[in-house]
Amino acid sequence: MTQVEQLTYTADEMMAVAAARRLRNGTVCFVGIGAPSRAANLARATHAPDCVLIYESGAIGAKPIHLPLSIGDGELAETADAVVSVPEIFSYWLQGGWIDVGFLGAAQIDRNGNLNSTVIGDYGRPKVRLPGAGGAPEIAAWCRETFVMLRHTRRAFVERLDFLTTPGRPRDAGGAGVTCVVTDLGVLEPDVETGELVLTELHPGASVEQARAATGWDLRVAPDVRPGSPPGADELRELRALKPANEDTVGS
Amino acid sequence: MAEIVPLADAVRDLVRDGDVVALEGFTHLIPHAAGHELIRQELRDLTLVRMTPDVVYDQLIGMGCARKLVFSWGGNPGVGSLHRLRDAVEHDWPVPLELEEHSHAGMAAAYSAGAARIPFGVVRGYDGTDLAGRTRVASITCPFTGEQLAAVPAIRPDVGVIHAQRADGAGNVQLWGISGVQKEVVLASSRSIVTVEEIVERLDPRPNAVFLPGWAISAVAVAPGGAHPSYAHGYYDRDNAFYVQWDEISRDRDRFRDWMRRHVLEAEASPV
Repeated sequence: MTQVEQLTYTADEMMAVAAARRLRNGTVCFVGIGAPSRAANLARATHAPDCVLIYESGAIGAKPIHLPLSIGDGELAETADAVVSVPEIFSYWLQGGWIDVGFLGAAQIDRNGNLNSTVIGDYGRPKVRLPGAGGAPEIAAWCRETFVMLRHTRRAFVERLDFLTTPGRPRDAGGAGVTCVVTDLGVLEPDVETGELVLTELHPGASVEQARAATGWDLRVAPDVRPGSPPGADELRELRALKPANEDTVGS
Repeated sequence: MAEIVPLADAVRDLVRDGDVVALEGFTHLIPHAAGHELIRQELRDLTLVRMTPDVVYDQLIGMGCARKLVFSWGGNPGVGSLHRLRDAVEHDWPVPLELEEHSHAGMAAAYSAGAARIPFGVVRGYDGTDLAGRTRVASITCPFTGEQLAAVPAIRPDVGVIHAQRADGAGNVQLWGISGVQKEVVLASSRSIVTVEEIVERLDPRPNAVFLPGWAISAVAVAPGGAHPSYAHGYYDRDNAFYVQWDEISRDRDRFRDWMRRHVLEAEASPV
């Protein structure tokens, strides 16, 4: 790989790298499919080899070599320390309070970190019917903290959610709720007192104006907003090596 | 004792219009062959229950078999929307579809309660969500601690349908790998159909395998490849390419119906 290739990356790659960096080695992580799974597996391939990946299909300690397309690909079961039933994974392990970090995506987020993955438009007559809650409400409620990944656009960062699927700060729950939102522009974290999301980090090349323009509410910016560091060569190499098992045939 | 019968006979004998039918299999061992038989027999007004409605439910809904869907996550995993499900919800095509949706934790608890024959499952959940106002869930007070918890009504399907790796001649069923809510749905249902990859002379014990005795199952049917495009651990892999292709096939009503005609309606039912 030439130096030029190492330094060229997409906004989505930056988002994956920034999210992966948030996972510490040894963290027990409940992983949603898609972007969160990609970031969690990147963390495991780079700085956090002992990060424990838990998938809602019941795979505990999955160590996939390929990127799973679904939360229940065979490779997750084959490489897991244990595979338990779905009632067990949700009741004993998640609700039981054993998970450090939940890792979610969403279609919409509001300033309090509340998430919508149910409908766009009216519930009874939706403009877009989305997949629904899945494990998200309990993941956000019962993991010690929850990270969210989504692209920073006005369609996603809205003043008012069309539907509140997952509370960002669950009441009487076991964990802190959403503590970090990683986008393709930067990182947002909740204000300690009010819980309102504040822009605390900007990826290289992104500006405060860009983030404000892509947010549907008056975005608060931390006075000491940090510049993030670009993906390293090793991070990009590992990220690009993460591919579905049969990518050769997917889409054919 | 489970009878080993052709799949078409099992569906004809055990499933009726208007039944509550649950096809389960969490990504793994999804009973596609059985779903296709429900479509071929033109069952109507079903209440379809499934934690993760994906391609097989998209097909059942698009072919007009369902009146209501009880679920917790409806999508094409890793790919995107279910276009037939969306068309039914957004445009009432081919028929209107009533929704009752939960979270995964809520549905898992509801299946466990169904299997245990108690009226509801209990979770710490639904609090602060809009879901609570849109589904069948109630707040209850713990009689010991006073804590507020969510009660989710038990799922008790008329018919539970799963796919498994194998059975023996007495209809005892063995499955392994990701086991989802397979055991719960069979034990929670009044009647059950299990399709299997093969019948073997003797089921060698396997550590951590789920075993369902023939005396807890209504019918076992042989359906090799019956989980495709999902997978059967130890038999064949998940056909990820098909899930990607389904996105295109299912987008257009005519293309969808044409595909179903060629691959399901005019296809042979599974062999005996």
